This record gives sequence, structure tokens and C-alpha cells, in this order.
Amino acid sequence: MKILINITLLFYFMSTAGYSAYLFRQKEYLHKSGFYLLGTAFVCHTALIGWAYAKSGIFPIHNLHQILSMSGWALTAFFLAFQQQFRLKVMGVYAAPLALFLMIVSARFPVEPVQINSTFRSFWLIFHVTLIFLSYGAFALACGAGILYLVQENAIKSKKRGFFYRRLPSLELLDNTGYACIITGFTMVTVGLVSGFVYAKWIWGKFWSWDPKEVWSGILWVFYAILLHERLAVGWRGRKSAIMSIIGFAVLLFTFIGVNFLLKGHHGEFTQW
Amino acid sequence: MVGRAALAEIAEEVYEHPEEGNIYQLSQNMKANHVSHSRFLPECGLMRQEIVLMGLNHKTANVELRECIGFSADEADAALPAFQKDPAVSEAVLLSTCNRVELILAVSDTEKAILSAKNYISRSKNLTVPEFEKSLYIHTGDDAVRHIFRVAASLDSMVVGEPQILGQMKEAYRMAIRKKTSGVILNRLLHKTFFVAKRVRTETGIGDHAVSISYAAIELGRKIFGDLEGRKVLLIGAGEMAELAVEHLIRHRVGDIFVANRTFERGLAMARQFHGKAIRFEEIGDALTHADIIISSTGAPGFILTREQVKKVLRPRKNRPLFFIDIAVPRDIDPDINRLANTYVYDIDDLQGVIEENKEDRHREAMRAERIIDEAVIRFREWYEGLDVVPTIVGLREKLWRIAESEMKKSLGHSLSHLSEEDGQAVRRMMNAMINKVLHDPTLFLKNKGCYGDKALYLDITRKLFRLDEE
Repeated sequence: MKILINITLLFYFMSTAGYSAYLFRQKEYLHKSGFYLLGTAFVCHTALIGWAYAKSGIFPIHNLHQILSMSGWALTAFFLAFQQQFRLKVMGVYAAPLALFLMIVSARFPVEPVQINSTFRSFWLIFHVTLIFLSYGAFALACGAGILYLVQENAIKSKKRGFFYRRLPSLELLDNTGYACIITGFTMVTVGLVSGFVYAKWIWGKFWSWDPKEVWSGILWVFYAILLHERLAVGWRGRKSAIMSIIGFAVLLFTFIGVNFLLKGHHGEFTQW
Repeated sequence: MVGRAALAEIAEEVYEHPEEGNIYQLSQNMKANHVSHSRFLPECGLMRQEIVLMGLNHKTANVELRECIGFSADEADAALPAFQKDPAVSEAVLLSTCNRVELILAVSDTEKAILSAKNYISRSKNLTVPEFEKSLYIHTGDDAVRHIFRVAASLDSMVVGEPQILGQMKEAYRMAIRKKTSGVILNRLLHKTFFVAKRVRTETGIGDHAVSISYAAIELGRKIFGDLEGRKVLLIGAGEMAELAVEHLIRHRVGDIFVANRTFERGLAMARQFHGKAIRFEEIGDALTHADIIISSTGAPGFILTREQVKKVLRPRKNRPLFFIDIAVPRDIDPDINRLANTYVYDIDDLQGVIEENKEDRHREAMRAERIIDEAVIRFREWYEGLDVVPTIVGLREKLWRIAESEMKKSLGHSLSHLSEEDGQAVRRMMNAMINKVLHDPTLFLKNKGCYGDKALYLDITRKLFRLDEE
């Protein structure tokens, strides 16, 4: 287990190095190697999660180590699929280090889950968790696209083109990418939440129980719903949309981690260690 | 001199008369052709050809002199055969642009060739030799090769990295081919030149960055819009630079073009030129709702577009980006507009700033280009030095021996493994004798016992037939 974690970490690290080198040298082969290294890391990571699953017989989301590892996995999965679609090369510079960071933090927590509640052995749970995590990956990328957009926009507006101006793609592409990420993330989070409600109804007999995690997820959902609506109706795009997707990601981080530490609730035990 | 075309003719003749189509006949034909076409004294064939470059450019000659010496297409057409008429010159290519004149020659006698080229220029351009001699540079050998590579890669251009020079060079070469004044050496040299220039362009960023106002505007447009295809353009006023920018945009397949002019008739005429639509000056405010790129170049003393006007259209536009290019002095577009969301305003000074930055980048990339060129010069020299009798014969012999050795090793190891050591030696001797016999006639031929005229051609063919040059 420890070895596999280290191998995965190593590949994430090399991918990060490859993408960073690409940022500076702008050589196609560096981008390619970053991409394939990340793919390899993803394969190792999948094996790691698969192993944990096989060993305990339950979906490995029962302590902070597993949760972080799973979110890193979801981010990488979404990025790899997405990269095929959008060809926004520079995005790897954001995604690879983020996945690496998640893995490093994850590896610092104990691997073994503390205690396991038997209600967590359902297909619905796996479905719910996977979708939510993938949507988090999508929103994380949307936030990345937003950051890159702001950097590039600042370069063009201030007329001080520099390092990033040359290396970043057009504003239009960054904006469209962020939008596509939010659309995908929003769809996933919607289906994920609905599956959560269904599961809650099945386990506890009610769809909604005013659990802090539920409330914050609801806030998150409404936030992105507004963002999408305003974009379609009034044309919230460019700078405003970029800033909103960064704020949205902050809300997401709080929903994901903050709620568990600061507030109580039935999602709490996922982040114990 | 027999060029490729002549060889092809011979080959065709043979093809049409199959009964004559044996090797002997072919060589007889060639010989006959040679003798009748050859302008060389027999011993010229023995001499080694040298590449000579003579020229002047924007650094060495002022514009008056360049104008005077520059060759028009017709003049170059006449000049090429005239240069070649000199017995010392076997091949010639002439490049003449507004910034430079370059005469590339393959010669057997450098001094004589230079003298006769100078005399020709003096005669045809009505100048005395001392009048232009000081502005001339003359390179030979590696230096000449390097110079040509650098010119084609646009390292020697007034604007480093400008792309036109390569096209002009290709045109010059095409003319030499038409006039049959380019032979083995210059063919090879120019093909290498185009290859090197292309390599420099793809492997360094020398041509990446825009260095003219209209290119800079387009580069920025692409950073904002990504693809310019289908973007609508509004041109306000007229002016050479603005029209040039619109033409560039059209090449990037922009969508509708609106033209607004104080005098509507003038606007109509320009709209026709760009296949666009003329609008009245008062309609500019409405046009902003549709247009994505606005190029302004009027003589108006104050701003013709204010922040309020633009702010109004942002909502109906659903915040799609707007890019203003203000080429006018004094400025037409309120710079405050740049502070609005999703709108970008660049005036002429901003664009000039982009150009200056890009120029610096180009010079940095030029250093990397020089390395590629140095490498190519060495490669060319290797080929060129091989293009001599002795290395070619040595190469031939080595190649045959390599084949013989490996076959012998195979046979002696397997089907002939029963042979004794001495028998093996006998086979080896037989091989050796065979190679010597096979090579006897080609060696004699190449040593000029049947090879008149352009020896480089036969050496080159030999090297190609037996693939003596690794590519």
C-alpha cells in the first residue's frame, strides 16, 4: 500500500515537473510527457483505490486520507477526459500540481478507516459520492480557467504583456473552457445531489434533514445555478464569470472540508482520522 | 553544359527508339550532346567549382544605389545567361529585391568570375565599377553558403524574421531553373537553403511575433477572440494603415465588414472595396451592437466614441468582447473605454509597444537560428567536399567492399562453411578482383577520360545512384 502511494505520488510529481517545464519552454514534447505521466499517475491511483476497495469491501471514502485521495483521483479523471476535448494545454500546469497537493496531504493521514457504518455499502452511495467528487473536479478546473482568464485579461488590459500573455491561450477559449467545466460540473452535482436525496430517503426516511452539509451543498448548487442563468440570460461572461467561478470554488472548499470541521452532521465521519 | 532537362531529353530519345536503348548508345548520345553544348575548354572539367556570392544590401548600400543596381524580372532574365556566358562561371542565380541584390555563382575561377560579373553590372547599369564596388560584399565557400542561409532565414533582413524573403528567393531560383542557369551545385545549395529556412521558421520563434501595426493588431485580436473567423469588423474613417489592417483581417476570414465615413459616398466606395456595407456616421452607435472589432482612423480632432456610447451597448451585446484599434492621431476612441468590462482599447502607441517587445524577442530567437545555420553549413560542406573525384571513387569502392564483406561473411558462415581457410582466401581474392574490374570503367570515366564538361553533374549522379551521401 505504502509503496503504491509513493509510486502514485512520484508520477504526480513528475507530471507536475513536466507541465511546469512546458510552461517555461513551450515544447510540445514536454506537454506530452506531462500528460502521459499524469495518465500513468491516474492508473496507479485507480489501482490504489481499487485495492483499498477490494481489501475492505467498502467504497474507500471513510477517512480524511481516502476522501482527499478520492478527490485527487476525481480531479485527475475529469482533467484527463476534459483535456482530450478541449486541448487547453496550459491547464495541466494547474491540474497536475493540484492533484499532487491533494495526494501529498492525503498521504500524511493514516490509511486505515476508524470505524465503518454498515449503511455505507450501497450502490447509491458510490454513485452519489463519485458524481459529487467528479463535479468538484470540474469546478476546480473552472476555478483554474477563471484564474488564467484573469491573468490573461489583466495582461491585455494593462498593456503589459509578459510571461503569461504569450503562454496563455485566448480569452475566448479560457472563458468557454470555464463555462464548459461549470456546465458539466453543475450537471454532475445536480444528479449527485438527487441521488443523495434518494439515498437519504431510503436510509433515514426523509429527503432533506437540514444537515449542514446538505444546506451548504444547496447553497453551492444555487450559486452555480445563478451563475449559469445569468450567463445565458444577461451574458455574465469574461471577467465577472471568472471571478464567480473562483468564489464558487471557495464555497465548494468550505462545503467539502470546512463544514466537516466547523459544523456537525451526518457527513462528519468521512473526514475523521 | 548539360542540365537535368537535357538528360531527360536523352532518356526520352532512348525510350522512343528502343533498339538504340542500350547503355553504350546512351553514353554515346551523352557524349555527342556534350561536345556540341559544351562551352568549356576540356581542362575546365578538371577544375574544382567554387561557390561565390556577390551582393549588396540595405546595410552596405544606400537606397539610390540599390534602386540603380536592382534587377527587374526582365533584366534578371537577360542577366542570368549573360553571367553564365563567361567560361569561368558554370551556374548562376540572381536574387534582387528592394533591400538587396545577391548574385550566387558556381565558378571555376573566382577572380575572373567576379571581374566579369562586375563588368556586366557596370555595363548594364551604366555605372563605373568603382561607383558600386565599395558597397559590394563578396563571400566564397562556407561564408557564401552561410550568407545565403542567413538571407533566406531572414536573419539578414531589415526587419529580422519577415517572411517575404523566402518567397522572393524561391522566385529567384525558379527563374534560374527556367533559364537553365542553375546546376548540380546551386540546385543543391538552394534546396538546402529552403530546407534550412523552413527549419529556422518552425524551430525558432523568429517569425512568431508581429512587427507591423496591422499584424500586431491581429495578434492581439487573436488573444482576445481566439479565432477571428466570423467576427464582425467596423472601420471608421479611412487611411492606409487602417485599410491594411482590414485586409489582414479579411485574410483571417472575418465576417461582415461595416464602413463608416463622414462622407457617405467615400464610405460606399470603400465598402465596395472590402465587400462590406457602408453605414452613416450617425449609425456608429448602433453598429457597435454587432461589431466585434472596431478600427478607427479618422482626422477628427476629438473622440468620436465615448465611454457612455460603448457602455450602452454592452448589455445588448451580452458582454461579448469588443476590441477597439485606434490608429488615429489625435485619438478617436476615449481611452477610458478600456476600463469597461470585456472591452479592450489599443491606440497606436500601445501597438507600437507590442512591436518593440516583439522585435527584442526576435533578436533573441535569431541567436538560436544562427546555431541551426552553422550546423547546416557544415553539412553542406560535407556534401560539397564529397563532390570531388577522389572521395567519390573512394566512397564507391568502400560501398562495394562493404557489400562484398557482408555477403562473404554470410556465405562462408553458412552454405560455404565447408570451405577451407585457403579456399576462403581465394573467394576473397576473386571478390576483390571483381570489384576492381567493375569499378575500372566508372573510375576512368570520372577521372575525365570520357567525362567532359560539368563534372559535378556526373559526380552527383554517381553519388545518388549508389547513395554515397547519407541523408
